[in-house]
Amino acid sequence: MSTKNFIPLDELCSHYQVEMSFFSDLHEIGLIEVVTIKKTLYIHQDKITDVEKIVRLYHELEINMVGIDVVLNLLEKLSSKETEISSLKNKLRFYEH
Amino acid sequence: MAFIDYYKILEIDKSATIDDIKKAYRKMARKYHPDLNPNDAVAVAKFKEINEANEVLSNPENRKKYDKYGKDWKHADELDKQKEQQQYNRSQQSNYGGSSDNDYSDFFESMFGGGASRGNRAQVKYKGQDLNAELKLNIRDVYTTHKHTIIINGKNVRFTIPAGLKNEQVLRIIGHGGEGMNGGPKGDLLIKFIIENDTKFKLDNDNLYTTVDLDLYKAMLGGNINVDTFDGNVTLKVKPETQNGTKVKLKGKGFPVYKKEGVFGDLYITYNIVLPTNLTEKERALFTELSKLRTL
Repeated sequence: MSTKNFIPLDELCSHYQVEMSFFSDLHEIGLIEVVTIKKTLYIHQDKITDVEKIVRLYHELEINMVGIDVVLNLLEKLSSKETEISSLKNKLRFYEH
Repeated sequence: MAFIDYYKILEIDKSATIDDIKKAYRKMARKYHPDLNPNDAVAVAKFKEINEANEVLSNPENRKKYDKYGKDWKHADELDKQKEQQQYNRSQQSNYGGSSDNDYSDFFESMFGGGASRGNRAQVKYKGQDLNAELKLNIRDVYTTHKHTIIINGKNVRFTIPAGLKNEQVLRIIGHGGEGMNGGPKGDLLIKFIIENDTKFKLDNDNLYTTVDLDLYKAMLGGNINVDTFDGNVTLKVKPETQNGTKVKLKGKGFPVYKKEGVFGDLYITYNIVLPTNLTEKERALFTELSKLRTL
């Protein structure tokens, strides 16, 4: 498997100033997917935005892993509700005019 | 720079302890953190305020200066020196004006602009603030995929508007938001599209709906009619004895499906049969005759 598009975890650890256990905990709880390529742990570059958000919630708000999981789930729900509201508004517009 | 009451921002008393400040900061940060308030510019501004308040009040030295000098607290050392000098010289004091027109003090900016980290918290790189914009388009503008240019903060931002974009849909233009903090990446530009529909077609998901008037004779006897669709005229065959309110579906003549190039919804046509008015004597006689045929 090619390492193209993947970022080694140890680089992320030094960049975000977190321990390796931080990422293994995230992986364990199912918040991120860690892949092993030639005995090195990686994260796909598309997931960096998610990782950054998690790091901010962890450092800034001191939310633990379980809390972050809850927060992310609720944010996802919120986003889906907003999309639903927008779609319903469009439907309503269909009947109003 | 206007005076910012950091105590008021954190909703604490002037006699608050370090623990009270920490507690108030955490509580407010949990409420206004940008990650928990996506696309909310008010929350972002509030979060900046509470961060600044916390950075000043949680540092005993800065807090002391702030309590003593208020908005000029950053120049406390210079003010103290001036005071000493004044006492010594008994000379006229010169005014010390603010140095910034910004809403936030430059302390906050220096803090997030790569200045020395305070406290033992690791400095995290922040992605820049996401900017929100609203763009009004006509429904015809989103019938085909095209490039669009808008000006944000004096800069041209060119992006693709995919066909089939929906009303109130938000597009994220990556890297066109506010500057990052501590070397973090730039935020994104979130454009909400308001699609105005001044056509005779109603849109629901990817399907279009319209009503077509049909004269009585065409409805009774059938025949061909020309019907407007979103991309031109088509000839339709009307079945004999078509009833009022009959719906016909024109497959693939609806609106483009978002990000599925070449795929379209359907067009639904409802027939509205228009009865003749101002009948002539002859017409009336013929209709009477017809009605007798039906009642016999």
